[in-house]
Amino acid sequence: MSGTFRKALLGTAFLCALNAGSAWADTIKVGVIAPFSGPFATVGQTFKQAIEVYQAQHGKTVAGNTVEFVYKDLDQANPAQSKALAQELVVKEKVGYLAGFFFTPDALAVAPLIDEANIPCVIFNAATSAITEKSPRYVRTSFTLWQNTVPLAEHVAKQGIRKVATAVSDYGPGIDGETAFKQTFEKSGGKVVDSIRMPLKSTDFAPFMQRIKDSGAEAIYAFLPAGPTTLGFARAFSDTGLKAAGIKFFGPGDITQEPDLPVLGDAAVGITTTFNYSQAHDSDLNRRFLAKHRELFGASDIVTFTSVGAYDGAHVIYRMVEATGGKSDGAKAVEAVKGMAWESPRGPVRIDPESRHVTQTIYLRVTERKDGRLQNTEVAGFPDQPDYGFKAGK
Amino acid sequence: METLFGIVVDGVTYGMILFIISVGLSVTLGLMRVVNLAHGAFAMVAGYVASYAAQGLGLPYAVGLVAAILFTVLATLPLEKLLYRRIYGSANELAQVLLTIGLTFVIVAGINYLFGPTLKRIPLPDALLGTVAIGPKSIPVHRAFVIAMGAATVLGLWWLLERTDFGIKLRAAVDDPNMAAALGIRTERLYTATFALGTGLAALGGVLGAELLPLEPYYAIRYIVLFLAVVAVGGAGNILGLAAAALALGIVDTAGKYLIPSFGEFFFYAALILILFRWPHGFFQGRAA
Repeated sequence: MSGTFRKALLGTAFLCALNAGSAWADTIKVGVIAPFSGPFATVGQTFKQAIEVYQAQHGKTVAGNTVEFVYKDLDQANPAQSKALAQELVVKEKVGYLAGFFFTPDALAVAPLIDEANIPCVIFNAATSAITEKSPRYVRTSFTLWQNTVPLAEHVAKQGIRKVATAVSDYGPGIDGETAFKQTFEKSGGKVVDSIRMPLKSTDFAPFMQRIKDSGAEAIYAFLPAGPTTLGFARAFSDTGLKAAGIKFFGPGDITQEPDLPVLGDAAVGITTTFNYSQAHDSDLNRRFLAKHRELFGASDIVTFTSVGAYDGAHVIYRMVEATGGKSDGAKAVEAVKGMAWESPRGPVRIDPESRHVTQTIYLRVTERKDGRLQNTEVAGFPDQPDYGFKAGK
Repeated sequence: METLFGIVVDGVTYGMILFIISVGLSVTLGLMRVVNLAHGAFAMVAGYVASYAAQGLGLPYAVGLVAAILFTVLATLPLEKLLYRRIYGSANELAQVLLTIGLTFVIVAGINYLFGPTLKRIPLPDALLGTVAIGPKSIPVHRAFVIAMGAATVLGLWWLLERTDFGIKLRAAVDDPNMAAALGIRTERLYTATFALGTGLAALGGVLGAELLPLEPYYAIRYIVLFLAVVAVGGAGNILGLAAAALALGIVDTAGKYLIPSFGEFFFYAALILILFRWPHGFFQGRAA
């Protein structure tokens, strides 16, 4: 092969690369970091499916730019890995937006990165209040434990219940929930008679049930992360006779999330929760959302709070792309969505300009069997709930 | 007083569930000297089969239980022939660990693919629902059933290993395989039978314990440490020692949860360390087969 020929080849390759570059210039990439394998794989699946539903309904282009989602798997809470993946997305994939994040530590780990690269980060789930305080480029479309718990505690107090025991998993969100409940409930004149922090790895919940019984509580407030633990807890609650004894069960909606309901079975019936989304939410938009989901994926069994978190997150990202005309400018993008209000499958929502967290209606739901299927029936709504935990006590 | 009673009753139940699942591991580890880290995976497979039999095919609980045990034993026998036979004996522990943990990952991925990552349940029959009163405390009928099954397993295994021809031959084959073979004992068959016994016990525990250790694909990895801890304290291959260990750890863990729940797993592991410090080879050292 002669030198000239080699140079010509190289030149052609170089030109091709340049061309390819310009052809991609109006494709905007969004990096989604979430668990797609491992014990929490369902979460990643709900994110991805909800995004696909959103793109099927609203198209893949916005203001002349094609939006493309790039998925990175983070199978369990691992902040170092989260940061490494985010870095890879920014440097190699040249993403203009970061999104996803199921666990709080993973979301927190990218704060310095998004500030340095001036990239907005839309959180689809991670629910510890403190996150959005760590960087002005965070926007969150899920919920926080404070947001769910404050209206619940007020509701419990209004029922005339005076003595409540709290039982939460011993980690960040659990402690957020416990504090929020205790503060609100005691302000409303109630008394928390026992606060139990259960190890995250607990499998046998009967001992905690005995303690609740001994405390003389009329009701319990419980929070455990969705999954094997909630199953054990709800079963122990009914098996040890606490349910039969008339003790009421309150908690945030993670405990009765839709994919777990068939497994929880009758143990879940009668649990009262507050949450931002129920599949049974009565609105045309929600019915369209679920119908599209069934059309694309055959079923809507796993649609749950993480689905709407991602669906609304995609909506926020589309608005950001529109506002920045396809250029990556995190500060401007976040500025554009402050105060933005829209109708979501969960009802009316708004991005609070100060906390950059979604202000929304929190629904009071009761788990019941309807047409042979368990569902979370919404019985009341508390509109315009902010994140009560944002800069709490500061 | 009532708290004390509660600790004992709940602790014994938890201990019995730990016992039923761990005893199979103890049998393979103690009698055949195989560190079978896939034990939890076998228990999980049985749980999934029982769940499928009950929910997918609508079979009664007892039928599902038997089917799950048979299926698990039959499905793992080829593994014994093809893989485990190469790693018997204590000379190559590293190979044992690598092979069995690899097998665990394969099973986890397979279950995840076939059944998805969500929880599965084995619905209980009406006879096992409700509660039964023991003194001032009422415990779920299902737990009482598990305690009874655990006690039956202790007695049955003790009888099998100490009082039957099979047990005598097995102990001979374990102590000196060459001499046993020279005396006309078919050691390979014995090993296959023992492996099947261990797997069957894992299957029994996986199905019975499903209410306490819920079924999901990571069951195999999540709980194996628990089972190994029980075997370490009880002494491998020692049935009565294992029962004592399971009960002791179950009661200690339960007492911790009753009294100081925020200490988490502290009491379980503290007990583990103290017991192993005093009895490095587990309770009833030297009695192991």
